[in-house]
Amino acid sequence: MLLQAIAFYVFAAVLVASGAMVVVSRNPVYSVLFLILAFFNAAALFVLIGAEFIAMILVIVYVGAVAVLFLFVVMMLDINIVKLKEGFLDYLPIGAMIGAALLAEILFGLGVLGGTSGTVSTFSKAGAQALAIDNTRAIGRVLYTQYFYLFQVAGLVLLVAMIGAIVLTLRRRPGVRRQRVSDQLYRPKEESVTLVKVPSRGGVS
Amino acid sequence: MIGLEHYLTVAGVLFTLGILGIFLNRKNVIIILMCVELMLLAVNINLVAFSAYQGNVVGQVFAMLVLTVAAAEAAIGLAILVVYFRNRGTVEVEDINAMKG
Repeated sequence: MLLQAIAFYVFAAVLVASGAMVVVSRNPVYSVLFLILAFFNAAALFVLIGAEFIAMILVIVYVGAVAVLFLFVVMMLDINIVKLKEGFLDYLPIGAMIGAALLAEILFGLGVLGGTSGTVSTFSKAGAQALAIDNTRAIGRVLYTQYFYLFQVAGLVLLVAMIGAIVLTLRRRPGVRRQRVSDQLYRPKEESVTLVKVPSRGGVS
Repeated sequence: MIGLEHYLTVAGVLFTLGILGIFLNRKNVIIILMCVELMLLAVNINLVAFSAYQGNVVGQVFAMLVLTVAAAEAAIGLAILVVYFRNRGTVEVEDINAMKG
């Protein structure tokens, strides 16, 4: 139990610190790398409470796909880093004020700052562990039966996102010569072949 | 002893950091998108924590759907960003007022 508490505090501290570094980092590339670190630590927190499947999905989807997408776009766009950070300090007072107010409200709502703290709601070991099956199997039993339409809608969302991204970024540049196979195949004989009557001992001029 | 409140506190702090990042980085759309991802991650932590607290696996199913929507949102957002950068040569949010009418 003590080991679990130590692990929780370490992972939570690194998660919050890397989240803060995402916000304040000067270079967007460093922000993406800290985002990856934050996702890894969140996955570790999920493992601690027995949600292994979501943790692995988080690592695969976020680190493997989304963060790499971010990294790709950050490195592809030629951004002036110094100019982007110009207004950072202008918004710091009001941003810090709103952030502090929001954080205080959330913590009061949880009862951490109020008087009701001290009682800790422990995690129940029911559900997956009570059924003596692992987390992945428990999710699969629910996901493919009761929530099957929701699962298909998720696939549809991804399809729409893919089509949208392709439609948005696909462009035809006017000055680029590219191979058009259909034009090559449908070239008529009159354009491509000319029969020349070659006179004897004269050659083709 | 680690309980539900600890996880909810971490999620609350992370959500606040995401909102703070949106306020502070008014010029860089990429960091704003990353902050939206941070906020969605905080929501996922909440969902999974409550799921483990109640011993009910449905919260994790819903966290997976949030993950799907987050991935789709990142793809579309970055596509819009690339198109915008192609047209304007900058990613500053304050310049995006062409649709003001």
